Amino acid sequence: MFPTPIEKRPRSAQITYQAFLPVALIVWLLPLLAVALFSIKPDADFTNGNYWGAPSSFEGFVNYGKAFGVGERIPADAVQNAIAAGVPFCSSDWLPRERFEDYICLFGTAYDYSGSNMPRYLWNSLLITIPTVIGAVALSCMAGFALGVYKFKGNLLIFFIFIAGNFVPFQILMVPVRDLTVSMNLYDTKLGLVLFHVAFQTGFCTLFMRNFIRALPFPLIEAARVEGVAEWRIFLYVVLPLMKPALAALAVLIFTFIWNDYFWAVVLTQGPDAQPVTAGITEFNSQFRAAYHLMSAGSIVAALPPVAMFFLMQKHFIAGLTLGAVK
Amino acid sequence: MSVSPAVPSTDATQPQRSWYKRNEIAITPWLFLLPAMLFFAVYVIIPIGQSFWISLHDWDGLGEKTWVGTANYERLLGIGDQNIDRKFEVSFWNNLRWLVLYLLAIPAGLFIALFLNQTVTGIRLYKSLFFFPFVISQVVVGLVFSWFYLPNDGLFDVITGWFGIDIRGGVLGNPNTATYGIIAAGLWPQTAYCMILYLTGLNAVDPEQVEAARLDGAKGRKMLWYVILPQLKPATFIAFVVTIIGALRSFDLISVMTNGGPFGSTRVLSFYMFEESLSEFGFRMGYGAAIAVVLFFIMLGFIVYFLWSMYQDEKGAR
Repeated sequence: MFPTPIEKRPRSAQITYQAFLPVALIVWLLPLLAVALFSIKPDADFTNGNYWGAPSSFEGFVNYGKAFGVGERIPADAVQNAIAAGVPFCSSDWLPRERFEDYICLFGTAYDYSGSNMPRYLWNSLLITIPTVIGAVALSCMAGFALGVYKFKGNLLIFFIFIAGNFVPFQILMVPVRDLTVSMNLYDTKLGLVLFHVAFQTGFCTLFMRNFIRALPFPLIEAARVEGVAEWRIFLYVVLPLMKPALAALAVLIFTFIWNDYFWAVVLTQGPDAQPVTAGITEFNSQFRAAYHLMSAGSIVAALPPVAMFFLMQKHFIAGLTLGAVK
Repeated sequence: MSVSPAVPSTDATQPQRSWYKRNEIAITPWLFLLPAMLFFAVYVIIPIGQSFWISLHDWDGLGEKTWVGTANYERLLGIGDQNIDRKFEVSFWNNLRWLVLYLLAIPAGLFIALFLNQTVTGIRLYKSLFFFPFVISQVVVGLVFSWFYLPNDGLFDVITGWFGIDIRGGVLGNPNTATYGIIAAGLWPQTAYCMILYLTGLNAVDPEQVEAARLDGAKGRKMLWYVILPQLKPATFIAFVVTIIGALRSFDLISVMTNGGPFGSTRVLSFYMFEESLSEFGFRMGYGAAIAVVLFFIMLGFIVYFLWSMYQDEKGAR
């Protein structure tokens, strides 16, 4: 093992190392810790210039609530008055979330609506990311199977076209793809974004899948052929079950890539109907200009799903990132 | 009564297998490839050609295209009696800065990987937390760093203030420092990526070779250079590929942190191209496409090199 394991070093070196680790980590994550700190501070701290000191009060719940569109709690007597006046105010105790013009009911309690589109952006992100993951993985499974198992003329050429396309700068695709999307009437729709993402990610995924299938024991496939199993059955019942680790790796990786995409979100969509959270957060930025506490709460929420994905499926994630090339 | 021949006859009385059945091995790969190829052709391969075509036109994205030949390129590069497009020049040099400085992520990632390649308690968690920045979207990284760099109130300014350094207008407000500030922000996740590549690489280093080298008296830097690094070659290759591509694709950070400013000093080709084609200053798709083509050719050198290396591996594997 390199460098020399710390256990073989003198005790003093071990202690220094152990002590230095957390310090290094804090320095490394300093910008992130700063945002976490911002997100629990009250607004007043920023107007008073208290950017980096201890928060004068803990406002985490309020800030994150506001980022999600939940404002101040509306007092009970105001609710009573509204109901008396015939407004259908928080009509039921069990409905988790009712949205009206300018208030929200959460489990029967009324809150101001702060005007945040955050929940919609997050929802859009999910509706874009998940179909893309399914589409890209499905297409590349099949393509990887074809390129990894069969010998035919042009095999390597097609494989290299997939790889090359994957390296191309996005910008050269931008004008034609936008034009194509507009002409298919898919501009500013989630579907338009999904179709492009599926196509583009297929390049990378095919590279990955093909190399993975190549490493599978080929005699297995031959044995199935001798038994007279149809080719598509070989794919479905012999190869696919063996590809589970690759499927998992690609799925988490593509999820992260697509969730974090910004460029195509800006090129192919506009407004809260279709835009994912990465594009939405910049709009959020102009809405809450210099409201650092809300912005940082929003950013953390936007960053959370891929982070959760990473921590849940770390092993697969890293296998995917290293392209399986470093075993 | 005749005796049937021992050898099965190949006559037509046996039910003829379908055409598909007979050619199954030859056709199946194409059937499996078809959807992926279709998608990839429509959204990736054909658009590359279209971009070349559009770059030879004047086009606002809606009306008719007007053929202008190489006029866009001449204007861009200042061929003939016109000056080189200033914005293009700035973008081009910034791209080079990105390219060179971004490569720092590779040694930095190696350094952190070496630092973390131990087996003390909790090291797994440390490794994941060090990798953390890569998982976060670049938009969030950009926002985080733009607060970090805030003039006067930003943590960076506070810290440099202790050393008596004051950057006028803040890091991002000063045309001399803005690009470097953004590159530093980009290096943060990229270093994390290179780190994870090297950590996996170090895991695969042959312990016997290390022991043998140790018996021969190799230590520290020498060991790293002559024994470890050669074994990390695959990791270095991937780190190189992803870093180069990342550097040339840089868009999100610039768009979020400075939007090209101050005074256009942080533009890169990918951003300038977007600005020309889609910003409120007008939809000059032809000119934008020409910039994209230039960017493509810069990238092409690297792409050919990457593909060539992969092809060599492929041949070796046969």
